[in-house]
Amino acid sequence: MTSSLTRSIDQKQQTFLSSILASQTFWVFIAVILASVALSFATDSFATSKNLYNITRNVTFTAIIALGMTLVIITGGIDLSVGSVLCLCSMVLAVVMHAGYSIEIGIAASILTALVVGAFNGFLIAYIGLPPFVVTLGMLSVARSLAMVASGNTVVFEFGPDHDTLLALGGGAWFFGIANPVMYTIVLALLTGFVLRWTRFGRHVFAIGGNESAATLTGVPVKMIKVAVYMISALSAGIAGIVQTGWLGAVTTNIGAGMELQVIAAAVIGGANLAGGGGTALGAIIGAMLIEVIRNSLGLLGINAFWQGTFIGGAILFAVLFDRLANYRRNV
Amino acid sequence: MAVLELKHISKHFGAIEAVKDVSFSLGAGEVIGLMGDNGAGKSTLVKMMAGNFRPSSGSILMDGKEIVMHRPVEAREHGIEIVHQDLALCDNLTAAANVFLGRELRLGVWPFRILDYPSMYRRAGEIFAELKSETRPRDLVKKMSGGQRQAVAIARTRLSNAKIVLMDEPTAAISVRQVAEVLNLIRRLRDQGITVVLISHRMPDLFAVADRVIVMRRGSKVADKEIAKSSPEEVTGLITGAIETV
Repeated sequence: MTSSLTRSIDQKQQTFLSSILASQTFWVFIAVILASVALSFATDSFATSKNLYNITRNVTFTAIIALGMTLVIITGGIDLSVGSVLCLCSMVLAVVMHAGYSIEIGIAASILTALVVGAFNGFLIAYIGLPPFVVTLGMLSVARSLAMVASGNTVVFEFGPDHDTLLALGGGAWFFGIANPVMYTIVLALLTGFVLRWTRFGRHVFAIGGNESAATLTGVPVKMIKVAVYMISALSAGIAGIVQTGWLGAVTTNIGAGMELQVIAAAVIGGANLAGGGGTALGAIIGAMLIEVIRNSLGLLGINAFWQGTFIGGAILFAVLFDRLANYRRNV
Repeated sequence: MAVLELKHISKHFGAIEAVKDVSFSLGAGEVIGLMGDNGAGKSTLVKMMAGNFRPSSGSILMDGKEIVMHRPVEAREHGIEIVHQDLALCDNLTAAANVFLGRELRLGVWPFRILDYPSMYRRAGEIFAELKSETRPRDLVKKMSGGQRQAVAIARTRLSNAKIVLMDEPTAAISVRQVAEVLNLIRRLRDQGITVVLISHRMPDLFAVADRVIVMRRGSKVADKEIAKSSPEEVTGLITGAIETV
C-alpha cells in the first residue's frame, strides 16, 4: 500500500526527455542554434566577437519586456502599451536628469511612472472589467503623447551631472566583457522564472489563465493579481527604457514605436499561449533571440531589410503551427 | 444530533419568492438527495448553505449554534465545502495544484516563501488513495477523465476536514462507468462521517447512494423522507406536482 502510494505520487505523465521534445521552446532554441551555426559558415562577419556582442545586447530590450509580457499573456491578457511606456519612461528619466537631478532620482521617477501606468491599466482591466486589448491600446496612444508633452517633442542627449554614469549603466560591460544589458536580462529572467515556478503568486497567475472563474471560486485574489501583472509588464518596459537610454545616449519620442508587436512575437514564439495558461521566462528569452538572429542574419546576408517582417511573421506562424501540431499528436 | 439545521428559511429576490419557509436538518454521515425541477429553489437553497446568499428570513444552525455567512469563504471556515457543477478546475495545472489552489502549502519565512511541492504532492496522493481514486498528483487535469476530474474537485473538500459537502450535479455530464466512480467517491465521504448533499436530476444515482431525499417544488419543501420508503415514481410525482405532498 505504502509503496503503491509512493509510486502514484512520484508518477509523471511524461519523462523528462519526452517533455523537452514536446516543448516549443526547445525547438525554437534548436532553430536559433542551427541558424547561428549556418550563419557562421555562410558569412565571415557573424561569429565575430563584435557581432555577437551586438546581437546579445540587441536581444535584451525585447527580452526584458517579453518577460513582463509573458506574465500578462499567461493570465490570458495582452499589453499593447509597452512600446509607448518604454518611450515615456525613457523620457521621464531623460527630462529629470537633464534638469540637473541625480541618476537615482531619475530612475526612481522613471520606475514610478511605469508602476503608475501599469496600475492604471490593471485597475481598468481587473476592477472595471474593460478588455485588456482596448485599455492598453488606449494607453499606447496616451503614453507616447505624454512623452511628447514631457519633452516638447525634442531629442534629449544631455543628462546632467550623472551623464556618464547613465551611459556606463546601459553601454558598459562590467562583468567579463558581457554587455551590461545582457547581465540585467539574465538576472531578470532568473527572477521571473523563479516567481512563476516557486511562488504562490506565480501559481495564481497560471490559475487565472487556466480558468479565471475557478480561481475566483477557490479564493485566489484574481483582481489584485491582474493589477500586479500589468504593473510588472509596465515595469519591465520601464527598466528596458532606462537601459536603452543609457545605451543609446539619447532619447527621441519615437523610440519603442512598434516594439509591442515584436515583444508579443517573442513571447509567442517562445511558447506563451495567447489563450492564457501557458508560458515560461526561458521561452520569452529564446523567442527574443530567434527574432534578433533573423534580423541580424538578413543584414549580414545582404537581404533587403524589407523582408524582415516576412521572416519574423513566418517565425510566429511556424511556432504556433508547430505547437498546434505537437498538441494534436499528443491528444490523439 | 444534527450537524446543520435550517429553520424557516425564506429567500426573495424583489417580488419573487425563490424559497418559502423551508426547514430541515442534516445528520452526520448522511447522504441527502436534493431534488426539484428547474426553478424549484434548490440552487438558491444550496447557495444559502454555501454562503453565496443570505436568507431573507429564518436561521441556519451548525451544531446547534446559529451561524451567519456573508461570503463563501466563511462557509468554508464553518466546514461547509461545495463542489461546483463545472468543478472549478484549471486544466493547465496538475491535480495537486488544483487541490491546493488558493491554499498552497509553502516553506520558508516571509518574504522568502516558496511552494512546498513535496508536501503538496504527498498530501494530494494520500487523499486520492483515501478516495480510492486512480488520479495521480502530478497529472495534468487537461488529460483526465470526467471521474478523475470529480476526484480532484472532491479531494479539495478533504483538505480542511469539511463536515458538509454540497455537490451540484456531479454526475450530469460524464460516462456511465465514471458515474459509478463518482458514486463510490460519495460513499467514501460518507464513510468518513461527512454529510453529503447531492443535487441531482438523475434518479438512479440518487437511489444508489442517498439515505434521504428532500424534494422542492416552487420554493417549498414538499417531501423529506427516507429513500428506502420511497420510490423513483413517487419522487417523480413529487417533483412534477402529480403528487401534492407526503
